[in-house]
Amino acid sequence: MSEEFKIEIVNPEKLFFIKEDVIEVIVPAFEGDMGILKNHISIISFLKPGIISIYSKSYEEKFFVEDGIIEFKNNNLSILTSSIFNLKDLSKDKIDNLIKVTNEELNKSELGDQEKFLADQKIEALRSIN
Amino acid sequence: MASLDDLKKRIASVKSTQKITKAMKMVAAAKLRKAQESAEKGRPYSEKMNNVILNLSSGISDKESAPKLLSGTGNDKVYLCVVMTSDRGLCGGFNSNIIKKAKSYFSKILSEGKELKIITVGSKGNDQLKRMYGDKIIENISFKESKNANYFDADKVGKIVIDKFGNNEFDICTIFYNQFKNVITQIPQAQQIIPLNNEDSDENSLEASYEFEPDEDEILSNLLPKNISTQIFKAMLENSASEQGSRMSAMDNATRNAGEMVDKLTIQYNRSRQAAITKELIEIISGAESL
Repeated sequence: MSEEFKIEIVNPEKLFFIKEDVIEVIVPAFEGDMGILKNHISIISFLKPGIISIYSKSYEEKFFVEDGIIEFKNNNLSILTSSIFNLKDLSKDKIDNLIKVTNEELNKSELGDQEKFLADQKIEALRSIN
Repeated sequence: MASLDDLKKRIASVKSTQKITKAMKMVAAAKLRKAQESAEKGRPYSEKMNNVILNLSSGISDKESAPKLLSGTGNDKVYLCVVMTSDRGLCGGFNSNIIKKAKSYFSKILSEGKELKIITVGSKGNDQLKRMYGDKIIENISFKESKNANYFDADKVGKIVIDKFGNNEFDICTIFYNQFKNVITQIPQAQQIIPLNNEDSDENSLEASYEFEPDEDEILSNLLPKNISTQIFKAMLENSASEQGSRMSAMDNATRNAGEMVDKLTIQYNRSRQAAITKELIEIISGAESL
């Protein structure tokens, strides 16, 4: 039996990434990283900033996301996100810049707890890329 | 009757206008293809988003504790209308159609004694509405700098709307935009985004029961604000495709009209030239005969 399932990553502009032969996907769900294999139970969850890793027999892809929603149903994984970057396209300068911007945001006082947590997560995820 | 010189000048001026409208038509056609493409590409996102929300909201057992963005504030006193128009003119009835639709909605609300607040997106809508409803416009947003509709802009509008909702500034929010059907048809739409209209949710019966992590309420309260931005983005995409389509057909008409006008003026010009020649000939002949 094949172990493969379908993944779609959609951002507001277009279908960002679509493949039918992935074996495992690890997503940064809000309450912790979540690995998804074939025949996972139907689930809806949302993402915190982090890395999506996609594994298949022939390739491995990694993306950085800032937010998003995942839906898994009938071996279809849909990820909706408004900001996503392929790690290959993220240069070190760009990462440093993102960290700087996020740090500045973090230092503003009016942030709520959840926003602070998300910003923290973002910085952590960005640092882990380096 | 106009002199020959005047006619000549008019023909030249109509011809140069025709050149401009022709060029604008070409530009609009090129932009239309792009806008249409991005409108189509943007559809999966809003559809998927809608699906998830439908699944979620039908999973919520206790309607009382549902987030207010979904169920509304329970009042319907203050209406917020987001009127989305273009920043540039010369696009046929595009802006007027939205405004007409919006105005009839406004007068309905006002006649029911409800309070009205307006946010205009795009400067043309603001220009047309401020004469009648100037005191009702609470915000005017314009994206003249951005070339294409992008999600970042839509998110900005969405955040403003959500902030205002959070401050209890309104109960019901409706967005007005043109839906792109084809190049000659654009349908002005009024879509209610707060509270979410779930009329067609019965058709999608749930086959799968989902597991939620964290629980439904928390996902919903995270998702609904995003949905607002998504709906606004969808409206912006449809709008930009409609704008280009409308401009294209308007400019096509203008080019054709200019062509007709040139033909008519040319005939007139030739006739009066011929008349002048004939007159001169008659003068010469009758002068010779009298000798």
